[in-house]
Amino acid sequence: MITRFLLSNMDKRGYAFLVLVAAIGLLVPLANLLMPAGSPFHVSTATMSLWGKYLCYALLAISLDLVWGYCGILSLGHGAFFALGGYAMGMYLMRQIGSRGVYGNPVLPDFMVFLNWGELPWYWYGFSSFPFAMLMVLLVPGLLAFVFGWFAFRSRVTGVYLSIITQALTYALLLAFFRNDMGFGGNNGLTDFKDILGFNVQAQGTRAALFAMTCTMLIAGFLIARGIVGSKLGKVVIAIRDAESRTRFLGYRVDRFKLFVFTVSACMAGVAGALYVPQVGIINPSEFAPANSIETVIWVAVGGRGSLVGAALGAVVVNWAKTMFTSGFMAPYWLFALGALFVFVTLFMPKGILGTVQGWWEKRRKPEALPAADPAPAE
Amino acid sequence: MNAPTPGALTSSLLYLDGVSVSFDGFKAIRGLSLTIEPGEMRAIIGPNGAGKTTMMDIITGKTRPDEGTVMFGGSVDLTRLDEAAIANLGIGRKFQKPTVFDFHTIEDNILLALKSKRTVLKTLFWQTQSAQQKRIDEILGIIKLADKRDRLAGSLSHGQKQWLEIGMLLAQDPKLLLVDEPAAGMTDGETAQTAVLLKEIAKDHSVIVVEHDMGFIRELGVKVTVLHEGSVLAEGPLDQVSANERVVEVYLGR
Repeated sequence: MITRFLLSNMDKRGYAFLVLVAAIGLLVPLANLLMPAGSPFHVSTATMSLWGKYLCYALLAISLDLVWGYCGILSLGHGAFFALGGYAMGMYLMRQIGSRGVYGNPVLPDFMVFLNWGELPWYWYGFSSFPFAMLMVLLVPGLLAFVFGWFAFRSRVTGVYLSIITQALTYALLLAFFRNDMGFGGNNGLTDFKDILGFNVQAQGTRAALFAMTCTMLIAGFLIARGIVGSKLGKVVIAIRDAESRTRFLGYRVDRFKLFVFTVSACMAGVAGALYVPQVGIINPSEFAPANSIETVIWVAVGGRGSLVGAALGAVVVNWAKTMFTSGFMAPYWLFALGALFVFVTLFMPKGILGTVQGWWEKRRKPEALPAADPAPAE
Repeated sequence: MNAPTPGALTSSLLYLDGVSVSFDGFKAIRGLSLTIEPGEMRAIIGPNGAGKTTMMDIITGKTRPDEGTVMFGGSVDLTRLDEAAIANLGIGRKFQKPTVFDFHTIEDNILLALKSKRTVLKTLFWQTQSAQQKRIDEILGIIKLADKRDRLAGSLSHGQKQWLEIGMLLAQDPKLLLVDEPAAGMTDGETAQTAVLLKEIAKDHSVIVVEHDMGFIRELGVKVTVLHEGSVLAEGPLDQVSANERVVEVYLGR
């Protein structure tokens, strides 16, 4: 039943995406580990980790597209779920340092010793166990989304108001995590990681494994999102996006459906954050910055809102462009370029890159076909 | 369906008594009382602002009345329930402006309306059974959209959307249908066909039709209730109502 759920309604584009990600997940680590450094097929560890980061963003973009593109919930705080997943992973990695820290305390992370804390706060218990930490990666963002959504959706907060409070949520967490007495390392965050599951985080082989794992999770996230979108629940969710009160008069409890996709999406964002942290080597409160969440919205808009493949594509393309821009003489102009890109896409490519390319393709194949109703969501 | 349920306070399917509601001091409904018997079809007419749509909002849970009783099936107090609960009790509604899901195919619109368990898990793992598919095909036939089933609902004409929405009501299989201006914006031919369709539906459902088109009401040939300023002005067969002095004065015009 699960396989049927995941694979029914899969279209050609979806299969192409799966094959592509699987190929990258297999070939890039191999090219990194097996090819000699001089070979044209060699992929450097730095490049691999950079692309690993892009793919984490792709998973975050898919999770946002699930709520925004399909359910019409414009979350401007999805970075919060990403960062919470990242912090859960960071806490595990901190506990793995053990006595190798600067202060050599076997239990307390360096920043706690520095703050003269006597013992580990209760909410750090259990994070030395990998399975527990992974559970928290799902549970913490999921629970926050559930509680937040429970109140917001039940009281029928929608549209701009909802967007504003999601933004406030991530901003509040940003301020909270900045505080030293929260016990999450203050503005330095968590860093200086040593081991993950006993393997050195910096080692080439670990990096390759993390990259492969990122691809695996991207595939899993895509399959789950695709399964949801392709089910009857997916149709209900689109119905809610386009005519919420009509859906209610058909007898669907709109708040519960929203709560379901919002929570699933937050868990997915948490996983993306957890994979991101060991690859970039740090997690700090700046991940909660509202600007990060807004950038995620831009990736989805650029790639093609309402298409999971488009969202993933948008995340990779925009972040690749960001790397290109910010590493050369154009560095000071990146934010202008990002803004211009968003304006350009909104004005000239309302269906995003993927929707526009698909439009050209269909026109070339059957130019005489009647223009069907515009499949891009309104708003 | 005709036997009153145990504990019923009334044998009527729908029972409104002394219902009032006001918005910012404006009394949209004042002391409205109305009963619909099981299997009955009722037409409701009245000038703009008479409270027709507000009455529907109250019955379907969108608006809560300030005072008064609204009972369904003799024992269920509708004023305590929300839209989804009322819909699942068996009250379906067609809006004045046709509201269909533009980005779903016509078939999916019917599927979404089709009577079924509306829980999150049931819809997530939904598989359309052959009996359900047959029912969908049947409804598509009735509303004459079977050949367009794979088109997006947004591409339909106004009249076709009205029909699709009636089809969605059929799929919901409610005990009571509230139909707000089904003939609005239709050609004469379409209007006549809609009347036939509604009469067909009324054979095994109770129906309330709100309409301005007197020709259409005549076509339906049912008991008429005239609303004016939020309460019932007259009630009876169309001929009797249209002979009523007050009705002529406020609504039909001399």
